[in-house]
Amino acid sequence: MTQKLIIIGAGMAAGRALEHLFEQAPDAYDVTLFNAEPRGTYNRIMLSPVLSGDKSFEDIVTHTAEWYEDNSVTCRFGEKVVNIDRTAKTVTSDTGDMLSYDKLVIATGSNPFIIPLPGHDLEGVIAYRDLEDTNTMIALGDKPDAKAVVIGGGLLGLEAAAGLALRGVDVTVVHIMGHLMERQLDEAAGYLLRKALVDKGITVKCSANSKEILGENGKVKALLLDDGTELPCDLLVMAVGIRPSVALASDAGLATGRGIHVDDQMITSDEDILSLGECVEHNGDIFGLVAPIFDQAKVLAKTLLGEEAAFVNKDVATKLKVTGCDLFSAGDFAEGEGREDIVYRDPARGVYKRLVLENDRIIGAVMYGDTADGNWFFGLIKEREDISEMRDTLIFGPAYQGGDPVDPMAAVAALPADAEICGCNGVCKGQIVEAIGNGATTLEDVKATTKASGSCGTCTGLVEQVLAVTLGDDFVMPAAKSVCGCTDLTHEDVRRLIKSRELKSQPAVWQELGWSTPNGCHVCRPAINYYLLADWPLEYADDPQSRFVNERNHANIQKDGTYSVVPRMWGGITTPDELRAIANAADKYDVPTVKVTGGQRIDLLGVKKEDLPAIWFDLNQAGLVSGHAYSKGLRTVKTCVGTDHCRFGTQDSTGLGIKLEKHLWGSWTPHKLKLGVSGCPRNCAEATCKDIGVICVDSGYEISIAGAAGMEVKETELLCKVATEEEAMEVISAMTQIYRENAKYLDRIFKWVAKVGLDWVKEQIVDDLPNRKALAERFEISQSIYRTDPWAEHATQKAETYQPVANLTLEAAE
Amino acid sequence: MNWIDICDITDIPLRGARIVKSSMGCVAVFRTTEDEVFATSDRCPHKGGPLSEGIVHGKSVTCPLHNWVFDLETGAAQGADEGQIATFATQVVDGRVLLDATNIMTALAAE
Ligand SMILES: Cc1cc2nc3c(=O)[nH]c(=O)nc-3n(C[C@H](O)[C@H](O)[C@H](O)COP(=O)(O)OP(=O)(O)OC[C@H]3O[C@@H](n4cnc5c(N)ncnc54)[C@H](O)[C@@H]3O)c2cc1C
Ligand code: FES
Repeated sequence: MTQKLIIIGAGMAAGRALEHLFEQAPDAYDVTLFNAEPRGTYNRIMLSPVLSGDKSFEDIVTHTAEWYEDNSVTCRFGEKVVNIDRTAKTVTSDTGDMLSYDKLVIATGSNPFIIPLPGHDLEGVIAYRDLEDTNTMIALGDKPDAKAVVIGGGLLGLEAAAGLALRGVDVTVVHIMGHLMERQLDEAAGYLLRKALVDKGITVKCSANSKEILGENGKVKALLLDDGTELPCDLLVMAVGIRPSVALASDAGLATGRGIHVDDQMITSDEDILSLGECVEHNGDIFGLVAPIFDQAKVLAKTLLGEEAAFVNKDVATKLKVTGCDLFSAGDFAEGEGREDIVYRDPARGVYKRLVLENDRIIGAVMYGDTADGNWFFGLIKEREDISEMRDTLIFGPAYQGGDPVDPMAAVAALPADAEICGCNGVCKGQIVEAIGNGATTLEDVKATTKASGSCGTCTGLVEQVLAVTLGDDFVMPAAKSVCGCTDLTHEDVRRLIKSRELKSQPAVWQELGWSTPNGCHVCRPAINYYLLADWPLEYADDPQSRFVNERNHANIQKDGTYSVVPRMWGGITTPDELRAIANAADKYDVPTVKVTGGQRIDLLGVKKEDLPAIWFDLNQAGLVSGHAYSKGLRTVKTCVGTDHCRFGTQDSTGLGIKLEKHLWGSWTPHKLKLGVSGCPRNCAEATCKDIGVICVDSGYEISIAGAAGMEVKETELLCKVATEEEAMEVISAMTQIYRENAKYLDRIFKWVAKVGLDWVKEQIVDDLPNRKALAERFEISQSIYRTDPWAEHATQKAETYQPVANLTLEAAE
Repeated sequence: MNWIDICDITDIPLRGARIVKSSMGCVAVFRTTEDEVFATSDRCPHKGGPLSEGIVHGKSVTCPLHNWVFDLETGAAQGADEGQIATFATQVVDGRVLLDATNIMTALAAE
């Protein structure tokens, strides 16, 4: 019979242990997993990026419902174990259920320490440990003029403070010691860190002692310091340390100290009970970072399977996950007899590096501002390498050793195979190179096979460099996917951050997302301008100076510097008067070429820039408006004649086409948007290769999307079928809006759908009716600004700007 | 120096340009975010694109045709491209933009 294994706590430790267990013996145990939190394992470390808006909770879930199901784990989430009966070998949960086990694993992690100050039990006093705490902080960001106090200037406190500040909260950090992160940083690095945080608008109070938490109506109101200072706040976050969660174990009579005692095999004082993670104590050590815990997970899985394994605690290095504050710390850096320092400072760049040497060996390293070489130093510390040979250039890192030219890649190329790349998962360069040898070619592949970069993610750049060094030209650095040279962020990152951090102006984007140029470049500016106007139609004003020439001048520039002018013909329908006006304009402005376009309208090619406002004015008089033939926006809605004239027509396709064009025109989209409406499945309007196509059938309208008829040719895919014209209009509005809100700039619908999947689009606008309505409403809000004729505005108000400011032809030549 | 008053600084959009016509071709007059004014030939040496229609960023402009980037101060093409555009002295006095016309004809004629 399969043995029964019960695990208490589905944190990072338990999650990793289960992975190892199932890798080696999927059927060895019948597993039941309890978790007090109402969810399975997620990457707790990444709560900070969730808080700051860089990631969503979904992004950090490591074990999904499917995963548990595939591995036949019985999940009891939201259920807390309250008692262990070791004689009967049972556990009891807070629902009163009692279950028996053959083997038990305690992985209860730790509890945040709450200083028992008067008022610590007021509403609005929280710790920083789980998703609930994170959501409380995120919610505070939605409150205008919110204030928060964070007690504790260590890793957690600072990540909380930085995240809150990014959410627009006015934050004060209260730290009892003389400088921040005193356990990891020396004073100089602490100073630089403090400066960086102050630059982010965070108030930092060091050597400050909290006395009392003041409240009002049971809610926190302020923190009182013992010097009498009162710091008003709506939320108080206490991040002053953690205590291993041992109560359950000690109540059961297991041996505990600060944590639950375990031996090298992760077995407690009861041979059928194992334990790992932040709740354990091993040889007097307790744990607060995942690297050693992941090592414990490996050992625990082996022990459960009766294999030999022993846990050895190793040194860990610390990194802070606050954007713009790069710091690294490892080993011992206190001053002392016989110890020497090598210090490097570059105040202009805010860089500080210090190595502490003893007997020609590095015993400690602290770096701030430039931490690229951190892991290399950490390797030298762990290996106790004799560095006397390279002492003079040591501080400059591996790239300088051996006289090689400086190349960012050289540092990684120079690393030995046993150099650790991923601290969290203890993966060294050799393992990554081996994974690459076995066929891994991308970061995702490496993550899947070695777990490197899968936890805190700070090593991602290094893993990519190992890929680049090993694969050579076969590896394309994903950095190439960043928007442009001004930033390392991808389009997707930028879009998400603009929304989550509510960035509503270009300067806000440059500043908050750390652009390396004063105001972008020709690549990012049009994209950012588009993202801002799509996300904040009412708050952000379109910036013509961030548009390519065609969109700025509302006409297409030709290779000889003249422009083409295409008035709109709604649904391809025109009148003799309109045609006469076009003919007259062509004569009046000496238009050399008049062409009928594929979008069922007429193109006047070869108009001089100076004449643009005048020709627009003339066309406007006949009721003609811009056809936006130059825009990343709605171009045309192509139609066939439909029931009015065609004997096969099933619906009024022309009428629907005109309605759609009148509804959608003027809107900006990530790339151009072309529609077609065919009156019957004979499809004369070629609707099935458009971005959005409608085919009328007897019973209604078939709406399909993601066609292409350019360099790539692709048939549309069916989105849904609706019965009425109103529904068709609403689905198409929602479709346009979801594309506007989510796609990367310059992705046509077919490219974008290939990334997000048709199913996702269907879920959003076919299955979820309230969401469809909300999207259509947001589209309408945007259209209240943009559904106008730019030609009319330019012809009447901006005509001057199309002329030269001065004419020197009239000046005497020198 | 032959300073010619050409326009008000506000006639040029921020991070934008206007042109000055001459019998030898056009001069592009740029205004940066910092309110500095630069004048260069309007013609990109690559394929003749109108630089005044390019996107202005920092102290550079990107040609609208093939994205060559020019430093407005020196006129030198940036990055991997090699090329040079003529630059002309400007000054802003009481909000008026003055352009030194001394070398304009010869410089534009030489292109
Ligand atoms: C915001 C934040 C940032 C961090 N950043 C880093 C970092 O950058 N690098 C790093 O290495 N580490 C970091 N850590 C620490 C890291 O997350 C922990 O070391 C790790 O999660 C510990 O894993 P664990 O499984 O032991 O405990 P946990 O992940 O805390 O899991 C314990 C689980 O057990 C459950 N539980 C407790 N008691 C019971 C019970 N009686 N019955 C049922 N369930 C119970 C709890 O609800 C919890 O879900 C960070 C932690 C936080 C909070
Ligand atoms: S070092 Fe944290 S994921 Fe690699």
